[in-house]
Amino acid sequence: MSFVSVRDVWQAYDGRSILERVNVEVEEGEFISIVGASGCGKSTFLRMLLAEEVPVRGAISIDGGAPAVEPGRERGVVFQRYSVFPHMTVRENIIAAEGFAKPSGWLFGSARKAARNRADAMLVRIGLNHVADQYPASLSGGMQQRLAIGQALTAKPRVLLLDEPFGALDPGTRLQMHDFLTELRAETGMTVFMVTHDLAEGFKLGDRVLVFDKVRWDPMDPGLHGATITYDFDARDGGVPFQHILDRYPSLAPEPVGKA
Amino acid sequence: MRIINHIPTRPTAVLLAALPFVAVLVAYAIGSEIRLAENPADKLLPAPAQIGATALRLFTEGDRRTGEILLWKDTWASLMRLLFGVGIAATVSLVLGMAIGLVPYVRRLMSGFVAVVSMVPPLALLPILFIVFGLGEVSKVVLIVIGITPIMTRDLAQRVLDIPKEQIVKAQTLGASSWVIVARVALPQVLPRLIANIRLSLGSAWLFLIAAEAVASDVGLGYRIFLVRRYLAMDVILTYVLWITALAFVIDWALKTISRRAFPWLEAGL
Repeated sequence: MSFVSVRDVWQAYDGRSILERVNVEVEEGEFISIVGASGCGKSTFLRMLLAEEVPVRGAISIDGGAPAVEPGRERGVVFQRYSVFPHMTVRENIIAAEGFAKPSGWLFGSARKAARNRADAMLVRIGLNHVADQYPASLSGGMQQRLAIGQALTAKPRVLLLDEPFGALDPGTRLQMHDFLTELRAETGMTVFMVTHDLAEGFKLGDRVLVFDKVRWDPMDPGLHGATITYDFDARDGGVPFQHILDRYPSLAPEPVGKA
Repeated sequence: MRIINHIPTRPTAVLLAALPFVAVLVAYAIGSEIRLAENPADKLLPAPAQIGATALRLFTEGDRRTGEILLWKDTWASLMRLLFGVGIAATVSLVLGMAIGLVPYVRRLMSGFVAVVSMVPPLALLPILFIVFGLGEVSKVVLIVIGITPIMTRDLAQRVLDIPKEQIVKAQTLGASSWVIVARVALPQVLPRLIANIRLSLGSAWLFLIAAEAVASDVGLGYRIFLVRRYLAMDVILTYVLWITALAFVIDWALKTISRRAFPWLEAGL
């Protein structure tokens, strides 16, 4: 059984279908980019992965567990905006990722000291140690998103969900964030789902690119049918498929010349 | 250049700010002068010097019978009523507002009710309060509470609803329980709004306080103003009005300062 398993998922609001018959299996450590036109259900799909919404039919499970009914610690998330807490300093935001799980919401004594040290290490890792005592509002957009990613990773989620995380950034910062995310992924081997509008970004970062679109279209009632996954591209090796097919099927290799 | 683009320099700005105050004082002095020239016994517009003398007397000299300085006694009584009224209203509206903003069941249960209750004119309830709670302190405090709580509640609930959904979801992905979301995400962000709310509601609170004191009381700033009205003692009334204004201004300034000191993150983006 695969790590993240999406089985026959449907979603509808007020009887209007948004997503239909979505099936996808994802292995642990894969980076999945999700692209598609506006309003075709990409974000709905992400919200269902997050368990912020429950599908009307079908189920999504992580590592064979029961389908979740509300967001929890196994799914981390970074939104385009508002992903950090404006009333906490940068360091507090990271510590909160550990403290929030406690019954009181706070860490005390040695636990707090240890969390603070880990938070400082994380801040060094995401390059924000020089602004540890500032509030998020005084940071640039790219720094805020780095903080949001660092915060999400501190909670050690099984799956990281990114909803257009770089959509509000300028192109230069966006490229820096790509490098940052690639490095982080190489270190943590995390399973990532990323919704993006930017096809190039999707192919650059993703191992697979899922395209959402409507396969059925009623001209009299365009909202009748929902979207589904229409393409599932292999985006590794620069998007050129079947580069490693011989590893999986050695028998396909051409016979060496002269041996027969 | 357009008038909206003319920006006064610093000295001009200070001068402009002072101008209305000076204008009112001058207008009063002239009016008082004219009336007193015609009739030295006129009581409607006492001379500024006379108001000063009266104020000094009111602030320092005790009552002939009891020896107590009535102005301080009135001030103490009124401020206590105001403190209890606003304190209770703030506590109730904070709890209710947070619950309405965060818990869908409570929102369905209470938001319509609060919206309707906030439309009841509080002063129309004053007779009922006097009948139910008697003429003592309770009815005055309750009038303030009833007068400002519904509106504060609505505003705070809206403020909680305005917290981006993303933050609430993010807190959940970090493992926060409902209680932790209340204590560590919603409450810290709503507290500045609570203080702003108290500042806005203080005007209404003073109104309800003085109205209640005017109708039935034996001590208090509003009571004293309405008592001396019978003797046309304008100098006393004006002293009390200026004193109430000064108190209201100091309270407002104190709350503003507290808000700025306590919530540095509010100004971080500026």
